[in-house]
Amino acid sequence: MQKRFVSIWFRHLLTDWFTRRRPELRDVPFVFAAPERGRMIIKAVNPVAAANGIHIGMVVADSRAILPEVQVFNSQQGKDITLLSALAEWCIRYAPIVAIDPPDGLILDVSGCAHLWGGERPYLRDMVTRLSAFGYQVRPGMADTVGCAWAIARFGRLKLIVDAGGQVEALQHLPPVALRLENGIAEKLEKLGLTEIGSFMNMPRAALRRRFTDNLLLRLDQALGQGIEYVQPIKPVEPYQERLPSLEPIKTAPGIEHALRTLMEKLCKRLSTEEKGLRKAVFKCYRIDGNIQAIDIGTARPSRNVVHLLKLFEIKICQIKPALGIELFVLEAPVVEILSSSQDAIWNFSYNREMEIAELLDRIAVKVGMNTIHRYLPDEHHWPERSYKLATSLQEEASTTWRDDLPRPVHLLPNPELIEVTVAMPDYPPMLFKYKGNLHRVQKADGPERIEQEWWIEQGLYRDYYCIEDDKGERYWIFRLGHYQHAEPKWFIHGFFA
Amino acid sequence: MERAIGGIAAIKGQPDKEVLIQKLQNEVYALQRNKKVQSVITEVELGPIIHAFPKNIFPVGAIHEFISYEATHAAATTGFMMGLSAQLMQTQGNCLWVSTNRILFPSALKHFGINASRIIFIDLTKPKDVLWAVEEALKCSSLSLVIGEVSDISFNDSRRLQLAVEQSNVTGLLHRFNPRMQNTLASVAKWKVMPVASSLAEELPGVGFSRWRVELLKVRNGKPDVWEVEWSENSYQFITTQTIGQRISKRKTA
Repeated sequence: MQKRFVSIWFRHLLTDWFTRRRPELRDVPFVFAAPERGRMIIKAVNPVAAANGIHIGMVVADSRAILPEVQVFNSQQGKDITLLSALAEWCIRYAPIVAIDPPDGLILDVSGCAHLWGGERPYLRDMVTRLSAFGYQVRPGMADTVGCAWAIARFGRLKLIVDAGGQVEALQHLPPVALRLENGIAEKLEKLGLTEIGSFMNMPRAALRRRFTDNLLLRLDQALGQGIEYVQPIKPVEPYQERLPSLEPIKTAPGIEHALRTLMEKLCKRLSTEEKGLRKAVFKCYRIDGNIQAIDIGTARPSRNVVHLLKLFEIKICQIKPALGIELFVLEAPVVEILSSSQDAIWNFSYNREMEIAELLDRIAVKVGMNTIHRYLPDEHHWPERSYKLATSLQEEASTTWRDDLPRPVHLLPNPELIEVTVAMPDYPPMLFKYKGNLHRVQKADGPERIEQEWWIEQGLYRDYYCIEDDKGERYWIFRLGHYQHAEPKWFIHGFFA
Repeated sequence: MERAIGGIAAIKGQPDKEVLIQKLQNEVYALQRNKKVQSVITEVELGPIIHAFPKNIFPVGAIHEFISYEATHAAATTGFMMGLSAQLMQTQGNCLWVSTNRILFPSALKHFGINASRIIFIDLTKPKDVLWAVEEALKCSSLSLVIGEVSDISFNDSRRLQLAVEQSNVTGLLHRFNPRMQNTLASVAKWKVMPVASSLAEELPGVGFSRWRVELLKVRNGKPDVWEVEWSENSYQFITTQTIGQRISKRKTA
């Protein structure tokens, strides 16, 4: 089938969008600018400013010199892409295949679409009228190839619709820039006096390739329809909906349950591939007499666990009145949220008891956040701070066991705190120590237990740990950092024994 | 009324008064606790402390309050609580530990016979969230134990917790470290644990086993008392049956 393409050029995409949001700026010259190499460079210009000679790529200071009343706004990175994507989604009404063409265009594959609007001319007119009504200044171009449509939209003078097979004629008098060439090639062509595409269109290909690289030939072929060009169509988000028509009307509860399970499995499969979970689900039953029976559930947090969701539905299935029978089941998830797989792991419990705990954690996670829930497993390190590690899920098993052969304090300070000590002899526990202004007389002591820093993880001095008990019977875990060589080593308190 | 008369008649008629009195006490006890006496009561080995509780049964499915004012006392309290927790969690149970600024060292819990992997820690920033999380956790009957580290809690809030445990039969231990107000809570018992100098056999150097002075400040329908407890060989060892007052006078000064 003959391919037809429409290229839509948004002449002032960003500024038109901004004017739409702030109508008071309609007659005010304004620009969008972003810092580049220490200067503010203009990224987008509205028609009023453009009429005064301000153009894209100009420095803001220069534009102020030309037009002191020009208003400058910060340009937002990636805004054009989001705008174009939204417009592309809107344009799906005109053609099934719509692609964005950054920075300021859309490409529509309109093969076999125009007759629905009564021909190509009314089709384009409708498109332009509607987009202009939104406030966007657009120029469309229609041709057999993407390249030609693009060139006509931006550089065409008379006709915006190129008839089938009329690319050569249409492109003949357009400048080389209309071919979407790489940097520098168009300038080179202009410099050589090839100011129209027609002047080099028929030159020997080998000569063109040698001087202007493959890019020129590729773009020329694409524009003339001799080369292939693919467009990357946007994919609008499909609603999360599954349908199950039944051959015979379903009347029984087991039948409905079965249908629900089938649909739920399908839906959850899709959700798990997209790392999403549903927050609300509606199960609709279309009866043969035209009545629709619907039940809905909501979850406290996104979920894609079939068992859990079916359990929520189970209570409500009895509310469905099948009457003469149900011919179509539809399961929809109107509210869907992102659910990463690590969260999902919490649900994989086989036991009811653990399920209940998971549901409790679910509620807690919803209220105060997932990152507040911790569980620890033993780790094979002597260094106290590294002797345990965070478990990734509730059912993760430890690869090693917790140890109790060495004395460890029940309370461990997150950061060891400096203490002042009086030590009788090196490698002996202190006689006195001062912690938070209180003097403690050491009565009993055990140690030292030397714990070396693990050099393959972190460099540092070793710690000599002592368990000590003071005159009030309070037990502490203190350590000396390093040895007595050059200066007095520092002493720290690290924990409290029970 | 009829039942009571029947009971008295039965006492007169039968010689085995003990059994009947026991039965009546059970009924009264059940009414007081506002629920059925659990058929399976978790046995908690507490030596002489158990006599302080009504019917010599450690009340599970209730709120216990622990109070401490100093960092070392808090550690001692945690130690004593861990001894209790090990018995309450037994082999299968799970525990939820809700706190702000937690400094518990998971690697030390094995000493008290607890597998730290079976504790789920909820580390929050706001004390208000702690209360909420403790209440939610206490409603979940699948848990064996909920430990909450919360300093300030009003009487009404503690009533809410008490109501939650009455439904679920989960035991809640509240550790109040340095509370601003010493207000009364709707707890079944109020404990205070302080470290006491350890002792080893004569002339042996070094620090001995953890030893605490355990004060039961308040106990519902029971007798508050003071004990000296040592944690060794994975259980509580009671230093003596004598009263502490006598012990203190006898103890040699170091």
